[in-house]
Amino acid sequence: MARMAELVERIKETFPQAIEETVVYKDEYAIRVKRSYLLEVSQFLKQDPACGFDFLSDLCGVDYLGREPRFEVVYHLYSMKHKHRLRMKASPSENDLSIPSVVSVWKTANWHERECYDLLGIIFSNHPDLRRILTPEGFKGYPLRKDFPLRGK
Amino acid sequence: MGVESYLGDTIITTTLEKLVNWARKSSLWPATFGLACCALEMMATAAARYDIARFGAEVFRASPRQADLMIVAGTLTRKMAPVARRIYNQMPNPKWVIALGACASSGGIFDTYAVVQGVDEIIPVDVYVPGCPPRPESLIYAIMQLQKKIEKEHLREKNYG
Amino acid sequence: METASALRTEIITLNMGPQHPSTHGVLRVLLELQGEVVTKATPVLGYLHRGIEKLAEHKTYHQFITLTDRLDYTSPFINNLAYALTVEKLLDLEVPLRAQYIRVMLSELTRIQSHLIWLGTHALDIGAMSPLLYCFREREETLDIFEMVGGARMNQSYFRIGGVAADLPDGFTEKVKAFCDVLPSRIEGYERLLTENKIWLSRTKGVGVISAEEGIALGLSGPCLRACGVKWDLRKANPYSSYDHFDFEIPTGSQGDSYDRYLVRLEEMRQSNRIVKQALEKLPPGPVNAVSPKVVPPPKEKVQENIESLIIHFHLMTEGFNVPKGEAYCSVESSKGELGFYIVSDGSSKPYRVKIRTPSFVNMESFSSMAQGRMMADIVTIIGSIDICLGEVDR
Repeated sequence: MARMAELVERIKETFPQAIEETVVYKDEYAIRVKRSYLLEVSQFLKQDPACGFDFLSDLCGVDYLGREPRFEVVYHLYSMKHKHRLRMKASPSENDLSIPSVVSVWKTANWHERECYDLLGIIFSNHPDLRRILTPEGFKGYPLRKDFPLRGK
Repeated sequence: MGVESYLGDTIITTTLEKLVNWARKSSLWPATFGLACCALEMMATAAARYDIARFGAEVFRASPRQADLMIVAGTLTRKMAPVARRIYNQMPNPKWVIALGACASSGGIFDTYAVVQGVDEIIPVDVYVPGCPPRPESLIYAIMQLQKKIEKEHLREKNYG
Repeated sequence: METASALRTEIITLNMGPQHPSTHGVLRVLLELQGEVVTKATPVLGYLHRGIEKLAEHKTYHQFITLTDRLDYTSPFINNLAYALTVEKLLDLEVPLRAQYIRVMLSELTRIQSHLIWLGTHALDIGAMSPLLYCFREREETLDIFEMVGGARMNQSYFRIGGVAADLPDGFTEKVKAFCDVLPSRIEGYERLLTENKIWLSRTKGVGVISAEEGIALGLSGPCLRACGVKWDLRKANPYSSYDHFDFEIPTGSQGDSYDRYLVRLEEMRQSNRIVKQALEKLPPGPVNAVSPKVVPPPKEKVQENIESLIIHFHLMTEGFNVPKGEAYCSVESSKGELGFYIVSDGSSKPYRVKIRTPSFVNMESFSSMAQGRMMADIVTIIGSIDICLGEVDR
């Protein structure tokens, strides 16, 4: 736990303008990253030996309707070597809902990002194959958004 | 005296309808259409403890063209609905459908944008089995009810939806 | 041969599924074939997408437990466990030791049951028809145990927020002990049928190989990753629900092929058996629910006698309990890999967002690279050896 706290401090020192906020709850550490620094920070988190976050457990989007920024993409990272976790968050741009894709850093992000696009409509730029994955072909709308009714349109 | 004495021991009399219905009900071959959790209970019914083979139904045909019973076991989603209809169309007559479980009968607990609220929106159903998932005994009871239904069918009157 | 160069060849696209006996559910695979060799295999998902994550936002935390069962329907208890742990983390609730041991015991029995289903169906796909009947015979015995405890064979929703629904019934210990005593000899029976069988070896050895680096990059977890040689199991790496009180090994393979995945899962059944025996011996007496009147409903006997308990019970069942604002991510080692729940709470009685990280969805990403260059008949082996459950893949 103390090691994670040090690690987060080091990340903040390495990227002083990139990290907007850090949150700690019990043993969970979360950092909020500016979208323009997302790829840089991701590469660092994966390659730095003390961090070693080589496993992307999960990537999802959350719709905070009524808040600015409305959407948020949450990355759950895990290190196979050190067995510690980190949560990273970033928000897509407000006007076109785009955010850089991290497929070049963690290959597994491919399908997670497709699902995020399918259910929330967030566009991942430089994604090799961004198309719907779970909803039927020709489905209109983004089901997981708060303004999409439960029973559909 | 009478006609019976000329029949002896080796002749049984019946009607064509009864004979055909008996043959159909005793060898219902299901098409594999397991969608979700109910498929596991369907497999358990086919396994050793509950043994659906006693009813002539152990041959689960992968190809719908060789099957006459479609057991829709699980949730039918909107993406899967055209496939379900196609499989039903590919089955030759006579054919019957059992909707196994709450999801197939009425959408179950999934009242959402993606789920068809009951498989009878797409295909005509003969027997509905409630449960989530229904026990294998319920499925066997459903097959027996279907067998009773088949016994009463008239050869010339069956309507296919 | 001169005529060979004059032969016109083309790549055929073949559709497999979504109705297919060997896809273990409604999975559709688009195969591009050059003769019998697969040049590209693309899975198409979504045929069982039921909108569970959307439904979570409209149900109270307690009501959602029944939906978690239906995710990976081959191992319902483990899904309940992952969800309960996440909500308990948000509520900062301490679950009593007896409940933790019961959870461990039932989760391991579920793991055994899930692997039995996997072995039976995987062997059936490859052509061995008898293991299916034997595995389902063992499975029926575990289902009898689950029925004793939870009231139903599948989808029991027995684990609750704060503990478990009710204490263990009489006769449970004897039944579980009888099952644990007989299981090793049954597993040996499966080994005798398959492990050194020439046909099994030629159908699974070297089929669907994936390296450890590729696996980690693609998010592979569970027995699939352990078969590549990565000794990673969340029960040992980040223990939860008192798994660190138990003594067990983590089996690993070396080649990362279907045969190794088979061996790893067989050994996991034996290790799970060990854990169940230890949990049964060490089961402490005590309550099975946390002391938290705002979250845990009062016992049924009290509800039927006393008006305050009835009111509390009614309030908890209709309106639910409020969870403090925040977010948490908890993951467990499911029978298929890392199962994680990410819950965002806005302070009300319904979750604001639930994201379910399911192992089968992520493991399917590795399918394309495992299937590359293999024969068409190997596709069935590979899908079976990854061990997916469509309820989890599509949610």
